[in-house]
Amino acid sequence: MSAAEVLGWSSLIALVVLGLALLLSAVRIILGPTLSDRVLALDLMSVLATGFIATLAVRTGRYLYLDIALGLALLGFLATIALARYILSRIPTDQQLQPERRVHDL
Amino acid sequence: MIYDIVIYVGSAMLLLGSLFGLLAAIGVLRLPDLATRAHAASKAGVIGAGLALFTVALVAFDAVIAVRALLGITFLLITTPLAAHLLVRAGYRTDEKMRIYLTLDERQPKSKSPL
Repeated sequence: MSAAEVLGWSSLIALVVLGLALLLSAVRIILGPTLSDRVLALDLMSVLATGFIATLAVRTGRYLYLDIALGLALLGFLATIALARYILSRIPTDQQLQPERRVHDL
Repeated sequence: MIYDIVIYVGSAMLLLGSLFGLLAAIGVLRLPDLATRAHAASKAGVIGAGLALFTVALVAFDAVIAVRALLGITFLLITTPLAAHLLVRAGYRTDEKMRIYLTLDERQPKSKSPL
């Protein structure tokens, strides 16, 4: 086999395996008992999709896909940060707690 | 000749990276609580995507694309642990069920009141 054929087959196998990984993390998003688990699986999904698009760039030879992968990584990071801040903001406010247990003491 | 060797190495990296990605997904699916799941997702997942980006850097034979892919790897290595840390911190503060699996909890709440 020539080197190009080896690259074609290995990128095909990598696409299938990464697709399986995306499916498994989607199962965790559906199951996930808490909101934090779901957001974590979503973060993993965006990282895996970055790898998927990079593999696609190797397979098709169109390296413009690399920019899409980097943009997706940036977007996934910002989404995870925003959702983590949202989860933090769901802690009961100071009025609902006893005065000796403020949020910043936890 | 040297091109062929680089492409073979890139193929191996691609397969290894996809296996790491699958490992991360299995870890997120099978491990018992949020902290261990974050451990699987933020270590194995970033290696999976990073090896795929590294393959792009190897196979493209173009310095501009290689530098961009390496910058992407650096970005992933910086941001993914950061996001996982913030998420586990938020989960720890809001969810008491997460503390069942902790063997050492240095920030135990003093009273029985809910967070």
